[in-house]
Amino acid sequence: MREITYRQALNEALAEELARDRNVFLMGEEVAEYNGAYKVSQGLLERFGPKRIIDTPISENGFAGLGVGAAMVGLRPIIEFMTFSFSFVAFDQVVNNAPNMLTMSGGQFNIPITFRGPNGPAHQLGATHSHATECLYANVPGLKICTPATPRDAKGLLKTAIRDNNPVLVLEVELLYSSKGMVEEEDVELLIPLGEAEVKREGSDVTIICYAQTVPLALATAERLENEEEISAEVLDLRSIKPLDLDAILKSVSKTHRVVIVEQDRPFCGVGAEVSYRIQKEMFDGLDAPILRVSQEDVPMPYNERLEKAVLPSAEKLIAAVKKVCYT
Amino acid sequence: MQPPEQRDEVEMLSLMLLIRRFEERASQQYQAQKIGGFCHLYIGQEAVVCGAVAASRPDDYLITAYRDHAHALARGTSANACMAELFGKATGCSRGLGGSMHYFDREHHMYGGHAIVAAHVPLGVGMAFASKYRDEDRVTLCFFGDGAINQGAFHEALNLAALYKLPIVFICENNLFAMGTSVERSTSLKQIVDRAEGYDIPGTVIDGMNFREVRDKLSEIINSIRQDPHPAFVEVRTYRYRGHSMSDPASYRTKEQLEKYRLDDPITRLRAQLTREGKLTNERFDLLDKEAKETALASVKFAEESPEPPLEKLYDYTYANGTDT
Repeated sequence: MREITYRQALNEALAEELARDRNVFLMGEEVAEYNGAYKVSQGLLERFGPKRIIDTPISENGFAGLGVGAAMVGLRPIIEFMTFSFSFVAFDQVVNNAPNMLTMSGGQFNIPITFRGPNGPAHQLGATHSHATECLYANVPGLKICTPATPRDAKGLLKTAIRDNNPVLVLEVELLYSSKGMVEEEDVELLIPLGEAEVKREGSDVTIICYAQTVPLALATAERLENEEEISAEVLDLRSIKPLDLDAILKSVSKTHRVVIVEQDRPFCGVGAEVSYRIQKEMFDGLDAPILRVSQEDVPMPYNERLEKAVLPSAEKLIAAVKKVCYT
Repeated sequence: MQPPEQRDEVEMLSLMLLIRRFEERASQQYQAQKIGGFCHLYIGQEAVVCGAVAASRPDDYLITAYRDHAHALARGTSANACMAELFGKATGCSRGLGGSMHYFDREHHMYGGHAIVAAHVPLGVGMAFASKYRDEDRVTLCFFGDGAINQGAFHEALNLAALYKLPIVFICENNLFAMGTSVERSTSLKQIVDRAEGYDIPGTVIDGMNFREVRDKLSEIINSIRQDPHPAFVEVRTYRYRGHSMSDPASYRTKEQLEKYRLDDPITRLRAQLTREGKLTNERFDLLDKEAKETALASVKFAEESPEPPLEKLYDYTYANGTDT
């Protein structure tokens, strides 16, 4: 194991899959000559050449659709959205063409495409650039969605996504690109299956379910809960939103009997709504308290720093929710 | 692969007849409520796809919009599979899961059947991208209607194709109406073909009621693309005799206009050309037409007798299994 950044982990995943399979190519705005808006594709143009690392004009609908068409005839495109907030311009390609093709064609055309890029609020980017898109895309049958929070997960999930025979959205976290974590050595093939959650911290009093940028928040808050409140929190990172690892969720909840979901998206029809529905359906009698959710406030993201903070999940909100489900 | 110039014209005429008779049967079955959803007929436009197919190779990529029955038939999908798809049966070309607007046939390189206007034009560009990426000499034939040319996806796709010099022919089947909106009410340009100039793509106008002109002009274009990959744009001027879909009485146009185009019927025209040249007798034509009618009628019987897609397979096509390579 060695310590690398989340950005480096993604870069390694791309490079390894590009080296492994000539049908894989990377396309998006500024991915080649600029080395990526967030430098995730640093050095890839130099190594793999302009035929496989392709800059596009600002035409998300066009190049996302190009990817779907190329996937129909056997290529395995990786389409980068500079941010998933821009994927809305390509919404039709992502929700209508990519995931419907297999059904519409009676099983003749699967679409092995990866859409990737940063997703969710970053820092003071305002309403148009702060969308957490996972709940919207999770509503679409035919798509798979993963949300890595650590360098190890970023590498292992992205590699798996590229090899998957379906459209997969790899929702990265802009604020975590420079974060560090332990990852297997480069000569170790690191593949993390889609649909497998991971207990990031063991605990016994309450399960905090999180994903993407709420994982570091949950982990830090769990430490505080231990030290300040003597509450032992288990932190379960979903890692994939779809497929959802219900078994791992139920396993943890059957141990703690209390749940707080801390999610980076918005409350109405958010990921936490689905997760809490599943839990109560499967183990209503196993719960000692109502499930609580900490999500964004239901407003367009304000630019002002103090207001933005108020919209986002925070340690304080999470602690309050945990204390409430623990009746302390 | 059979070179295009050797595709027999009489054979192509019978293909045009098959398309027309198939569409007439589809119309009848729709009215008999055997067919659900939307159903858009190709009657009047037969020379366009038949000319394009005659000008291209069977392994060239073909993708189109929702008025797609003819494109599948022209590529070799059986009338049975096409009619069964309209009936929503398991024997349909998309196993009854696609319907009229979503015909697919991988074996015959028919890549759909796409129902969001212009959303498939970038897909066509993606196929052409794959051709070039793999150094294949396959050309993509990307069909769409005049209604598609004002969508963003269309413009983005043309720019990308020109930028990357991709081997694709954008085939605009200009039948003068986007549903009920005429071209002059939808498009600021006088000529649709002029759209191509803005993307530095060569444009050509073709008389879509004349099979030979469609075939010959497209042959030249496709051959030049095969030599040296680049996009091309053709505006094929054609006409649909029926409404936009089965539910459209087409009251937005005049009887005189319809009659004018009917007089220029693509089947009548090719028949006359062949007859004049001594390549077709009236008896032979009648026989071909009879065969087309019989094939279309038999497809209805086939569709009726075919099984429904099994309920227990409902979830089988949402995700493809496994990983690849």
